[in-house]
Amino acid sequence: MTLETWLVFSAALFCVGLCGALIRRNAIIVLLSIELMLNAANLNFIIFWRYGVNADAASGVMMVIFSIGIAAAEAAVGLALVIAVYRHFKTVNLDRIDSMKG
Amino acid sequence: MDAPFLIAAVLTLLSAIAAISLRNVVHCALCLTLTFLGLATLYLQLGAQFVGLTQIVVNVGAVAIVIVFAILLTRSSDNPGESRFNKGAIWAGLICAAVFATLVVAINTSYVSMKSGAPAPPLTVEKIGHELMGRYVLPLEAIALLLTAALIGAVIIAMKESNEKGGGQ
Repeated sequence: MTLETWLVFSAALFCVGLCGALIRRNAIIVLLSIELMLNAANLNFIIFWRYGVNADAASGVMMVIFSIGIAAAEAAVGLALVIAVYRHFKTVNLDRIDSMKG
Repeated sequence: MDAPFLIAAVLTLLSAIAAISLRNVVHCALCLTLTFLGLATLYLQLGAQFVGLTQIVVNVGAVAIVIVFAILLTRSSDNPGESRFNKGAIWAGLICAAVFATLVVAINTSYVSMKSGAPAPPLTVEKIGHELMGRYVLPLEAIALLLTAALIGAVIIAMKESNEKGGGQ
């Protein structure tokens, strides 16, 4: 297993998440795609921790632990926002939520 | 390239693609859970056992449940006759392909130190605990505060608005 293989896999996962965030209309799926991108970034932290020059320190693992915590907070707030938007507009279709569009 | 990586990578990528492309939102959430599980096995293969188990507990356990709750609370909003993709989906796909191509070219042309046969650095849970209580105690407290604030904020945002009857509920 080389470093390049891991990095290309993580880039592919990131691009799948980016694609989902750009093409879907459902707000929940967009949030879910953002989670995918965050996880690809976490995988990159672990890869560089494993193959990096200073692999003895716990820095990469610590970074990922904090990052997972922030991702959990982001998911909770984001889904609460989706619920509030749904209560107001009666839809989670992002193309129909256009009240502020001139 | 060894077999465990190949199996986990293919499973993770396929379930990620399914998670962004299926019509039923609940199926999307289940596929996302499968993606998180695949990522946890990849963490285990990289020698980060603690992170892999944290991934299972936090993402597969908590985040997936929260997503399913949000789907249930925003139910019956999807119109079956309507396309689930944007009008500009083709352009978005092209942009994603361009980003991926750029990343692959950048990865393959940059100088990176390759230590493919190196053993995993030893990192026990005991050492992680000492680090968390020593060098990383300030970030730990900051993230505790952030989580508390975020969860209280989420509850307040998702609470019912009480502007019709003036108070109550």
